[in-house]
Amino acid sequence: MSLLQVNNLGVQFQTPDGLVSAVNGVSFDLQAGQTLGIVGESGSGKSQSVLAMMGLLAKNGKASGEALYNGQNLLTMSPRQLNAIRGDRVSMIFQDPMTSLNPYLTVERQMTEVLELHKGMTRREAKKRAISLLEAVRIPEAARRVDMYPHEFSGGMRQRVMIAMALLCEPEILIADEPTTALDVTVQAQILSLLKDLQRDFGTAIVMITHDLGVVAGLCEKVMVMYGGRVMEYGSANDIFYQPSHPYTIGLLGALPRLDHDGSELVSIPGNPPNMANMPKGCPFSERCTHVSELCISTLPPLAASAANPAVLRACHKAPQELKPSVEVVAHV
Amino acid sequence: MWSYALRRVLMTIPTLLLVITVCYLMLHATPGGPFDTERKVSAAVMANLQAKYHLDLPLWQQYLLYLKSLLQGDLGASFRYADWSVNELVGNALPVSLAIGGGALLLSVVIGVALGIIAALRQNSLIDYFVMLVGNLGSAFPSFVIGPVLILLFAIWLSVLPAGGWNDFDPRYMVLPIALLTFINVSTIGRVMRGSLIEVLNSNFIRTARAKGLPLRTIVFRHALKPALMPVVSVLGPLAISSITSAVVTESVFSLPGLGKLIINGASNRDYTLVLGLVVLVTVFAVILNLLVDLAYAYLDPKIRY
Repeated sequence: MSLLQVNNLGVQFQTPDGLVSAVNGVSFDLQAGQTLGIVGESGSGKSQSVLAMMGLLAKNGKASGEALYNGQNLLTMSPRQLNAIRGDRVSMIFQDPMTSLNPYLTVERQMTEVLELHKGMTRREAKKRAISLLEAVRIPEAARRVDMYPHEFSGGMRQRVMIAMALLCEPEILIADEPTTALDVTVQAQILSLLKDLQRDFGTAIVMITHDLGVVAGLCEKVMVMYGGRVMEYGSANDIFYQPSHPYTIGLLGALPRLDHDGSELVSIPGNPPNMANMPKGCPFSERCTHVSELCISTLPPLAASAANPAVLRACHKAPQELKPSVEVVAHV
Repeated sequence: MWSYALRRVLMTIPTLLLVITVCYLMLHATPGGPFDTERKVSAAVMANLQAKYHLDLPLWQQYLLYLKSLLQGDLGASFRYADWSVNELVGNALPVSLAIGGGALLLSVVIGVALGIIAALRQNSLIDYFVMLVGNLGSAFPSFVIGPVLILLFAIWLSVLPAGGWNDFDPRYMVLPIALLTFINVSTIGRVMRGSLIEVLNSNFIRTARAKGLPLRTIVFRHALKPALMPVVSVLGPLAISSITSAVVTESVFSLPGLGKLIINGASNRDYTLVLGLVVLVTVFAVILNLLVDLAYAYLDPKIRY
């Protein structure tokens, strides 16, 4: 049995403009110790998918489908059952370390409360464990700094604190929602190598949400590409990076700035992401796709095994071979 | 922190001096004097009275004399209440106002914060609508409307409580005035608390707390309460000061022998020393309350250090 199995996950929001579907038919599974990257641009539904699993959707949001952790559906659980899993077996770190820690409580209080709650430790034992975790995420003088408030830490340090806090109970799954987006590049690299080391030491499975393909390449074994709330392509990181078979993935990879090419122009995918309240009838990417056909506009392509490589799931009406020329064009730019 | 508090207290001295000076000049600039009555007083008696209270001296000398006695802790003799010093008058009235105003403030913090929390957690429920209704009523209707309604209801129709008066701290006489002030304060505190808690509960660090699996009780009381209390503390200072000044109305409605009544009598009688004494007292209160509010900020928010 997979550690985490997500089947046909959907997220809907009740808005003044009517019901908006932010996520549709997302399915994946995660084995122990594995790393899954979910990539996509802003508004592709990647964050909402994991927030739904953690029961953290906004009040007007509703999740459908199922997210099975060890066979138990996280989406239908009582708050009490969910609280026993959140922060203990499955934990999460967020995009903005500056606002994700409580500015009114010391780091010690915010860390020890997790252990008091889930492990029944005393405050003293919990503090010891908190200090050792802060040391594990390479916070200097952890024993002294643990009693400080979040505002006395820098952005990168706060994200380390968040990571240490998420790992306190040695969770089986760590969900990281754009953990490096708010940090500058050198700190990003430190945080990523930290996550890699921690995964090796603790054997935690990671779901890494990002719009940075470089992050995925460095960390993930499997990659799920999302667009307009749907999965476009899903496969191993190698397959996705070296043989992308979906026009959107190809476009994303083509838009990566590269050091080994001349030219100062940055490549982008023309057009804008679709309006969630008014999605195209067919493929969500059809409005921006260079390979678009009548069928793409009228009919939603199902997510199915690729003809070229059955290990890859893709949602596109065109055969992978048909998309090849465009790859060449992108490479020349 | 103590040096900060001391500095703040010392800074009240120029504030006080300014308030006293302005008030002193304004009082003397108003037409009429403390001894104007309908009955003609002979010139000799008038001159005697003026001399007794130094009103025959030039204004600047009177002013300096007043400051001198103030420094000795003496608010002077009342011009109108013969045989009474202002200290004695204030000493009698202050406990009444403190009991009513302080009691109401304490009650309204407890009730207002509690109602605000419940309303924020049950947004758009019946209890939420009730809190908002109370809040709007308390803000919309002035105390001189709510007060008589309370009297009508509890003293006249139900006749369970006295309509007014003061019977040496008899609790039965304190219920209605305290209820009136509490109602008005709760309307502000409850609304502010509700709004700020809703905002705090939507913040990122509360999402983190939820992701940690903490129960709602811990999230509200450990993670959200302190930040949500900040705006409540901010309104508490002005609210406390206004419960002293609004005592003017409350005390007339319930005919209480408090500071409010003294202020009215003092002003209409041109009782210079009495009015000035009360102004000094209220200013000192205001300064102390503002200091307490600032110290409360420092206590609540670790980012604020003096």
